[in-house]
Amino acid sequence: MPEKLIEAPTAEEIAAGVETEFSYTTVLKRTAVRRMYFSCDRRSIRALCQYLKDAFNFEHITSLCGVDWTDRLQVVYHLSNYCTGMVIEITVDIPNDDPRIDSVALIWEGANWHERETYELFGIVFEGHPKLERLLTPQNYEFFPFRKSYKLRGQE
Amino acid sequence: MPYDSILNWIKFTDPMANPFYPYIKGGSAVYNLPYDIGHKLWELIGGAIAWLVNLLFPGNGVSTFLVGNDMFVNLISIVLMVVVIFAVGFIVNITMIWEERKILGRMMDRRATRIGPLGYLQNIADGLKTFLKEHITPAKADKKGYMWAVTILIGTSVLIACMIPLSDRWFIVDYGTGLLIIFGLFAIAPLMILVAGWSQNNKYSLIGGMRAAAQMVAYEVPILLVFASVSLLAGSFNINDIVHAQANSTWYIVPLFLGFIVFIVSAIAEAERIPFDLPEAEAELVEGWQTEYSGMKWGLIMLGDYFRGYIACALIVIMFLGGWYVPFISVEQQASWLPEIVFLLKVFLVFFVFAWVRAAHCRVRTDQILNIGWKVLMPLAVINLGITVAILLAGGILW
Amino acid sequence: MMPDDRTMWITMGPQHPFSHGLWTLKIRADGEIVKDAEPVIGYLHRGWEKECENRTYPLIIPMADRLCYSASMTWSHVYCKVVEEAMGIELSDRAKYLRVVADEMCRIQSHLMWLAAMGTDLGNLTVFLWALRERELFLDLNVKLCGQRLTTNYPRIGGVRNDMPFYFERDCLRVVNRFEKMIWELVAMMDESSIFLSRMQGTGIISRKDAANYGLTGPTMRGSGVDFDIRRDDPYINYDLLDWDVAVCKDCDSYGRYKVRMEEMFQSCDIIRQAMAKLESIPKTEPTRIKVPRRVPEGTHFARLEDPRGESLMYLVSDGTDKPYRLKVRSPIFVNVSASKHFVNGVRIADIPAIMGTLDMCLGETDR
Repeated sequence: MPEKLIEAPTAEEIAAGVETEFSYTTVLKRTAVRRMYFSCDRRSIRALCQYLKDAFNFEHITSLCGVDWTDRLQVVYHLSNYCTGMVIEITVDIPNDDPRIDSVALIWEGANWHERETYELFGIVFEGHPKLERLLTPQNYEFFPFRKSYKLRGQE
Repeated sequence: MPYDSILNWIKFTDPMANPFYPYIKGGSAVYNLPYDIGHKLWELIGGAIAWLVNLLFPGNGVSTFLVGNDMFVNLISIVLMVVVIFAVGFIVNITMIWEERKILGRMMDRRATRIGPLGYLQNIADGLKTFLKEHITPAKADKKGYMWAVTILIGTSVLIACMIPLSDRWFIVDYGTGLLIIFGLFAIAPLMILVAGWSQNNKYSLIGGMRAAAQMVAYEVPILLVFASVSLLAGSFNINDIVHAQANSTWYIVPLFLGFIVFIVSAIAEAERIPFDLPEAEAELVEGWQTEYSGMKWGLIMLGDYFRGYIACALIVIMFLGGWYVPFISVEQQASWLPEIVFLLKVFLVFFVFAWVRAAHCRVRTDQILNIGWKVLMPLAVINLGITVAILLAGGILW
Repeated sequence: MMPDDRTMWITMGPQHPFSHGLWTLKIRADGEIVKDAEPVIGYLHRGWEKECENRTYPLIIPMADRLCYSASMTWSHVYCKVVEEAMGIELSDRAKYLRVVADEMCRIQSHLMWLAAMGTDLGNLTVFLWALRERELFLDLNVKLCGQRLTTNYPRIGGVRNDMPFYFERDCLRVVNRFEKMIWELVAMMDESSIFLSRMQGTGIISRKDAANYGLTGPTMRGSGVDFDIRRDDPYINYDLLDWDVAVCKDCDSYGRYKVRMEEMFQSCDIIRQAMAKLESIPKTEPTRIKVPRRVPEGTHFARLEDPRGESLMYLVSDGTDKPYRLKVRSPIFVNVSASKHFVNGVRIADIPAIMGTLDMCLGETDR
């Protein structure tokens, strides 16, 4: 756990903090005004999120979504800080044959339904989620409609 | 007399000369307007029938029986009188619904009823519409409770509405215990609402029924205390006596203003109107205890609700606003007017306040409604009773 | 449920007067007290995001309108914004201020719709009709500006569809001025009624920490004391050049959320006036719309803005073609409604409409 909370961190502080704590698993791809883009290994995503929340006051998860790149799946996190308006985007790649990732629903409760939605639409299993059930689609669906393998009419 | 005149059969005799005339008080007959109307109606209808029958079969006994037999004429007159009283109550009720819709329309800045002259026929149209709706009974409902509870509920409401006198000549029976009987019948409703809510086998209606029972029990106690203070001041439970006592002294709204406030709030709660319409709070309970009633059953429930609103208004007019008399003009002078119209105008005026409150307020919550009932209205009603006793100890109303 | 349990599950919805759309709130009630709650959504799920993958970029604008009928302007705006960011386009000042005016008009009419729904939730039809009466004028302005009352289809990728029509400025200022006078009628109706206050104060309490943790956004969050507004803290379309305040209330209850929304309407009026003054100073010859290519360069982008209901975000993955590879919509109500069980836990059944009403439900964007 970090010893102190920085309420309004600058991009440099975040970059330095993440670099020291998660140097092997997390890469800072680019920065812009009030924007930072990371990519992260799926094993350390929960620790990274916890760290960003505890050390840099990212108390709000704006969104969490899945992307199907056909050769791999991806989960994208958008975290935001209320003091600076900073948004951090974290992309996590997941192999197609093992679509599992740690849940962050216990860090932010706001991520709960986002994870359920991503699970039902992409089939990504969030481990440690309190209630991973289908939310928008009927419970008896056996496919994941937002994957690219599910063709829309006219896409064949 | 082969071709006798119809006027030979329609004589318009004095109804009070009938030996079976029912309204006798202290040895002398008391004039009763609806009975008179019923009697005259039968003179017209029965006289015409008798004339026709006599034309076909001259000199038969049926014709003379129809208009000549005092007991039979009395019986038919009473039946027609009841019809007249109910018809007037019904028309008054429809007028009140129309009044409320018009007032709400004005207050809410929208169009109100549109059908007929001034939109007056809208209620008739709505009544016809509910007649045409399908009659649905839930499969798992308790049929007996489902039908009987609502029947009794509507029946008692209509019964009390008919029992309320419009003047000292417009009444069914001149009870010595008028207020008590009216209130006793009025208090049947909460039990029947609970039964109706329970028997529908629907969670919303069950909650609505429970709410109705809790709310009405809480509001009956202050109402009873106000009844007690009014009748103490008047020295009688008889509605006629209460009105005359006010005509002789002053309207009871002046000495018992507190009681008036308590009663008007409790009456709104008893009539289940906004802000106290929790049993049918449509925001959370769909339609409350009426959820599973459909078609004309529901239409009659709505009508019964307005009958109860009418009863509440009429009781306020009788107990606090001098009944059918106008102040500052002697009672004898007013006898030549139409006191029924005065009474109904007052009722409509009180109902205007009801509609106004409805347009202005939100619905209160279950615990708040009980708090208001037990913690505010109840002490106020007791204080009101104390004021009454103080007035009586000081020798009655002195002016 | 245990046999000796005295509670019962009540399914409120999907067709229920309180739900303002198709969703279900299952509550476990002990008499009148709510012990537990479980929101159920998905009745309106139509695969909006997947549908978009089959359409070219301009065709998605009217679809974005239909995410929420009373926030159509901001939804199509956020869509256009994300595509503009992907293309790297900077709008002209005139287009920016026109979008400001359109967004704030949309915010006012959306909040008025909320106020109207709030009135029926509390059993007061007068509030409902008066609020809708005021809203109608803003819808008339919409008609004047873009020819449509609700699904406006006004923003375009690279600007807005058209410049202001003749006399729009005069009409807009008239409506705003009248609105500021008339809204006091409604405020008097609600704030001065002790019944209203007793229904709103002290119910549906969400602390500041919880509000952030549950992911609440918009007026719901600001009513809990979170001082954050994307228009101010992450400014877009020149909101930083205008002078206005963020409405925040530290009450944390239903009444706080009510006050925030009422204050926001007044602030929006201010913003509209200032934007109109700025538009006055910009020459009419400046283009309101820039020609844009049909294809979007490869990359991932996101854009967010302050919707009337909260923070709306769109995440666009483009693969260089004229159709998006993936378009994710982050709907504010989707997250707010996921926290509904924390709102209603421990309250009475009678309070559920009053509390859920302050969330301003809109199911089109929730289920997508």
